[in-house]
Amino acid sequence: MYRYDEFDETIVRERVAEFRGQVARRLTGELSEEEFRPLRLMNGLYLQLHAYMLRVAVPYGTLSSRQMRQLAHIARKYDKGYGHFTTRQNIQYNWPALIDVPDILEDLADVEMHAIQTSGNCIRNITSDPYAGAAAGEIDDPRIWSEAIRQWSSFHPEFSFLPRKFKIAVTASEHDRAAIKAHDIGLRLYRNAAGDRGFEVLVGGGLGRTPYIAETARAFLPEKHLLSYLEAILRVYNRHGRRDNKYKARIKILVAVDADDFRRQVEAEWENSDKDRLNAPLEELLRIRRHFAPPQFEKLDAESAAFNVARRENATFDRWVSHNVAAHRHSGYAIANISLKPIGKPPGDISADQMDAVADLAERYSFDEVRATHEQNLCLPHVKKDDLFAIWRALGDAGLATANIGLVTDIIACPGLDYCDLANARSIPIAERIAERFADPVEAADIGELKIKISGCINACGHHHVGHIGILGVDKKGEEFYQIMLGGSGAEDASLGEITGRSFSSSEVVGAVDKLIGFYKTNRQDGERFLDAYRRLGPDPFKEALYGDASNN
Amino acid sequence: MATLRITDADIVIDERPHGEEISLAEWREGVRPEAGRFELFIPNTEDVDALAEIISRFEAVILDFPNFQDGRAYSQARILRERLGYKGEIRARGAVLCDQALFMVRSGFTALEIGAGDAEGFIRAIGAFTAFYQPAADNAVPVRDLRAAKRVAA
Repeated sequence: MYRYDEFDETIVRERVAEFRGQVARRLTGELSEEEFRPLRLMNGLYLQLHAYMLRVAVPYGTLSSRQMRQLAHIARKYDKGYGHFTTRQNIQYNWPALIDVPDILEDLADVEMHAIQTSGNCIRNITSDPYAGAAAGEIDDPRIWSEAIRQWSSFHPEFSFLPRKFKIAVTASEHDRAAIKAHDIGLRLYRNAAGDRGFEVLVGGGLGRTPYIAETARAFLPEKHLLSYLEAILRVYNRHGRRDNKYKARIKILVAVDADDFRRQVEAEWENSDKDRLNAPLEELLRIRRHFAPPQFEKLDAESAAFNVARRENATFDRWVSHNVAAHRHSGYAIANISLKPIGKPPGDISADQMDAVADLAERYSFDEVRATHEQNLCLPHVKKDDLFAIWRALGDAGLATANIGLVTDIIACPGLDYCDLANARSIPIAERIAERFADPVEAADIGELKIKISGCINACGHHHVGHIGILGVDKKGEEFYQIMLGGSGAEDASLGEITGRSFSSSEVVGAVDKLIGFYKTNRQDGERFLDAYRRLGPDPFKEALYGDASNN
Repeated sequence: MATLRITDADIVIDERPHGEEISLAEWREGVRPEAGRFELFIPNTEDVDALAEIISRFEAVILDFPNFQDGRAYSQARILRERLGYKGEIRARGAVLCDQALFMVRSGFTALEIGAGDAEGFIRAIGAFTAFYQPAADNAVPVRDLRAAKRVAA
């Protein structure tokens, strides 16, 4: 994985020193909260319902065990002993004291981490495929390109005061595990018919109040031109994105007005630019590439006898393998997902002790690497099948062996009204109660892949628009109600969910989900997921299952 | 109000009065300055790509920050410097805050209109960083080129 050199180190340390000075000016009253606000936001520090919240960047979701241990240390020393992984592969601390934040940033810098550009109207943390370098069928390691973008976008002088925040996701696989079509820019590296590598550049995706699936801005961009092309898109957006209304300020609105005109403007800007100067030089890309050289995998048989025996003898282990373990490109290895969705707990939360346990496992079994996923889970990307049973037992000891990746209980939820001052309704308790309803692992396995995503308000941090079942908290005369959407997807088959009808009270919502799932189970065909059944049958029968007669909507 | 001037050599407060200023709208209406040092005020909604011929007649261009979150003038400054090759002064006006000053300098601004007595904070903020990742409109050598130079030296 990428390691800082003296230049990266200098930049991050200088940032810490700068913010230490700004915090000191705030604490003495030289800066008002109003003046301090944009400065703290540039460092990922929000003022929430009850306290400050610090969002720490995990570039493209990759962590070493040393970094994970430092995150545990920060949780213990400055917070309440836990952290929260987000849908953008970042980690948030919910209870830091302002006076401690410069020290937290210093501790992060000690392990080559920071909170730069995790908020504010700038280019945010670059997200990528959590299976990068591990999954079969990858054209290249997308982290090489993510790191090039990370450096280019850090403290970009022209693009630090954009109309609105800007999110970029990169993948190099047919399978989209980074929700690239729900990003301001999504990049998919592939090989064209001539055998050359380049990016499909998607632009204008995003959720929030007006969700859009990204449009293709350019079907094939030779990879060497990545940074100059990004610069052209960002420049067109910086100049022409709306600034009169924050809810219409994302690039998706600019693209939606006239996508062809937007493409023409980007191409014209790009053709006019000094591409050679803006693009990353080949030797710099090679330097970054060397950091992502594959680990020294052993030559192993594809099948592990010990692993197969353990699966046969232990049904609980077998279930965990079925749901949480994914195929690795290298013979005898596997990808082990760690669910942060234990039944009845807030999605994405992890205690300091659990972070240490994950760090130990990564160090011992996974070439020192952990990944955060955009679905608020973790994974160990490179483990031997021979070691899976030992890993599973250690995860069990740490309370991390929930076998539910991709299932009905693997729910994405925003922090909601429990933490967030924008929310209309709580998200976490709804997620917890749905998970409790479907806690029976046999029933959950029978339901199969089902992505439930919950947001506490229309800003859609819980991605409800792209949930197979999306749940949106709304305020009805001071009471929390929940709207249900069906048919969304954030994967390569991306689509936006459709609203079913009248909303449900917080006591009705679990029952409503239950009805939908019951209808699916009765009407599914062989091997058909909930989403596939919805796409085949259309919304009406599902609405009828929810509301009885469709005329009651 | 004071003017902070930034060169590669130093950063100084310049007490001299500004030149004669006209707006782009006035220029388009046919206003022509008579003699002396002329400065052109360009709103941040303007497409500066089309202004190459006009700006060549002015010794300074003034770009606007109506509020600190409105970053359109950063793009305008870079286009003036890097694409149109404008060599005169580019001066920032409006919500010019010390914590944005370095971005302005990197985008090609060589003068900032700041509050009297604010210079110290600006000079500190502009000097707060010594390494930069991306090429921009200043003379800073991007980190990638420093890395390459180090490799050659080694």
